[in-house]
Amino acid sequence: MEQNLESNIRQLLANQNCAVLATSENGRPYTSLIAFAASDDLRRLLFVTARATRKFTNLRREPHVSLLLDNRKNCGEDFRDAMAVTVLGVAGEVPDAEQAERMNLFLERHPLLQEFAASPSCALLEVKVQRYILVSRFQNVMELVFES
Amino acid sequence: MKWILSLAEAKTCGTQEVGGKARALADLTAAGFPVPRALCLTVAAYGRFVRQTGLRQRIAMELGRKDPGEMRWEELWDASLRIRNLFLTTPWPPGMERRFRQEVEAYFGAKALVVRSSAPCEDSAAASFAGLHESIVNVRGTSALLDAVRKVWASLWSDRALLYRQELKLNVHGSAMAVLIQELACGEKSGVAFSQSPTKPGTLVIESVWGLNQGLVDGDIEPDHWELQRDDLTALRHRPAQREKLLQPIGGQVAAAPLDKWQMGTAPLNAQEVRQVAKLALHLEDFFGTPQDVEWTWQGKHLWLLQSRPVTARQNAGNDDQRGWYLSLHRSMENLQYLRRRLEQEILPGMEAAAAGLSCIPPESLTDSQLAEEIIHRRGILAEWEEVYRTECIPMAHGVRLFGEFYNDTLHPADPFEFVHLLENAGMRAVQRNRRWLELAVAIKTDSEIHTDFSKDAKLTEPLQERLEELAEETGLGKNVLREMLNRMAQTAGFKPAAREPQNAKHLQKEYLARFPQEDRERAAEYLELGRASYRLRDDDNLSQDRIRRQVAAAEGEARRRLALAATPELQALLNPGNTKAGNGRQSGTQWLSSTMEVRVRQLQGQPAGPGVVTAKARVIREASDLASFQPGEVLVCDAIDPAMTFIVPLASGIVERRGGMLIHGAIIAREYGLPCVTGIANATDIIQNGQRVTVDGYLGLIVIHRD
Repeated sequence: MEQNLESNIRQLLANQNCAVLATSENGRPYTSLIAFAASDDLRRLLFVTARATRKFTNLRREPHVSLLLDNRKNCGEDFRDAMAVTVLGVAGEVPDAEQAERMNLFLERHPLLQEFAASPSCALLEVKVQRYILVSRFQNVMELVFES
Repeated sequence: MKWILSLAEAKTCGTQEVGGKARALADLTAAGFPVPRALCLTVAAYGRFVRQTGLRQRIAMELGRKDPGEMRWEELWDASLRIRNLFLTTPWPPGMERRFRQEVEAYFGAKALVVRSSAPCEDSAAASFAGLHESIVNVRGTSALLDAVRKVWASLWSDRALLYRQELKLNVHGSAMAVLIQELACGEKSGVAFSQSPTKPGTLVIESVWGLNQGLVDGDIEPDHWELQRDDLTALRHRPAQREKLLQPIGGQVAAAPLDKWQMGTAPLNAQEVRQVAKLALHLEDFFGTPQDVEWTWQGKHLWLLQSRPVTARQNAGNDDQRGWYLSLHRSMENLQYLRRRLEQEILPGMEAAAAGLSCIPPESLTDSQLAEEIIHRRGILAEWEEVYRTECIPMAHGVRLFGEFYNDTLHPADPFEFVHLLENAGMRAVQRNRRWLELAVAIKTDSEIHTDFSKDAKLTEPLQERLEELAEETGLGKNVLREMLNRMAQTAGFKPAAREPQNAKHLQKEYLARFPQEDRERAAEYLELGRASYRLRDDDNLSQDRIRRQVAAAEGEARRRLALAATPELQALLNPGNTKAGNGRQSGTQWLSSTMEVRVRQLQGQPAGPGVVTAKARVIREASDLASFQPGEVLVCDAIDPAMTFIVPLASGIVERRGGMLIHGAIIAREYGLPCVTGIANATDIIQNGQRVTVDGYLGLIVIHRD
């Protein structure tokens, strides 16, 4: 089961385009749907957002975030078969020196968002992952923890 | 789409729609064989029922807790009991029920009926589900019929059907079945016939009993046995049975009754009737083109054909078929009552006597070569009793299962494990032993004189020393370990052993019996009595077997002691010291994949085996010596609770066990003390570390490991 944890997380990250991002607005949770791309070592999740958005404002004040992605099919078998992963981490803008490389990674995954991502009003953000929490078979919970 | 078909309509359908049995009977009816009238509920009817009621998903969830291939049989039994109860407590969708009532009432009127499974893959030459799925005989009234159909559907998910399908590599999740509803041909004598004997190709075999043939098929009633020459039907042999009883329809069920005197002395069939059955069997063989295994019954002067299938299906010439074993997972009341007497009167006293006999020879008094002989001798005795344990003690567990199924079938409780309450306080020896042990602990705590005696290393007073020795003998633990534990218990502030309000067993029993109509109470009491005996014996037998095991260990221990002092080849060879069970390659709940990435188990799902929730420090017990460090209030984590462990159970706040099931030893003893218990946590003793805070959720069957 330990061996499967990492590969299950990889699979979910590879197969899902979008995740729910939770930010915090003065201590109140706020959720948004984002398109993301994961780095090979699983340590970073990249996404692009317009700077005028609520999530962007929230992130600048409170960089701790949580994300959720899952492979449910919206049918009864989900309770048995679906997996969900909760991600805990810290979000911030990608430094200039790494912009080009990271943007490539993001666009490889989401070529349709090229125009959106290139807009001067958008920012490329990355979540430095601290922990993945994978729920499978309805109630089995395993964690993959990165040392800070 | 039509989902209730007449046999004439079923004749135009494939076995995928109506199952093998219905299709065969449809063909036979059309060909003019004397088959009782019947209707068929198609595979689609089953699909409609589980879809409309949401059962399909609930079954998927029940079987999805764990990969069914990884479930032990005990866990599968629990799962199938839950599924069965889902079927029994889920009402028919109103539209389906209305339609069903109309059709069956119009077709059968008020006649007594038989409900049989007719699964698509049943009774092919390659695989036979004969006996694995349920048949219900003598169903009267449409409400009872609605129940009976649900029971037969549920039998698709019985433990034995699940195991068998797994072995055949059939898709477990996609299973479905058709059901056959037949008029009950209430014969005075019945039986089976093999148009060709599976063992003697030139021979035809007939077996017959008085009454219905259920008893013959289940193996409860011994049949008269005939062998005939196939080509000219010459009688070769008649082996009369010890005729004692028959099965007959009584009220809404089938029950055994003693035979009349004349029946005891008379074979069910006369020579002419034997020939008639034989001709029918050969006729069927011609019709199907392959040897047939036929069920028939004789009503007045009329010979009814009940069922016909290829001989290979029942006998399975391949021989690697394990269906017989799966069938043995169901035991009859009579078989279990016999087993109970064997355990109570012969096996357990036998184990005790064997242990007592061995304990008369102190290993210290033997020479090296005598000791080597003694070790071999003791191991031999243990091996013999282990075989008895495997073949007779373990099957006794079916007594609890039989009672549970009876309880759920007749009372339809919302909680499929409600019956377990009636089994508690069954007077298990382990509980009696624990009581003495706790009394001593309490005495130490409250009596200041004893308290001082125990806390320092002083020599104990004689009565205390005696009690300690008695406990050491019973538990097989060293006196020092026991003394240390007792001392710690006495020092623990607020120490109070887990002890439930004694449940009023008599009161529960009275309530239970009151739920049955007067005429059924005797039977209900019989099932309960068997269940309680089975529950108790399944615990007691562990204790008795353990006593023998300890005699082996004592002799081996002496050999080990001598080997430490001097090399003795004959002892060395016996002990094989290379074979230690130290945890090489043990996995742990925390695993470092790389230097900076860590995998942790947070929450695992097992089986709920004792209700309640507790969060406390974990104590992992791998061997007897770990017991000494157990602190009152800790959660006991183990692979399987063995007899030496049961006495710390009253000190524990919860139990986590690797082995799964509601009715395993650990779960039984946990419920006896009212402790939350979760079983079936794979690698429990490796994943959980000593001192970690864990939550045991005995309602949902979850454990949570806290680290923050």
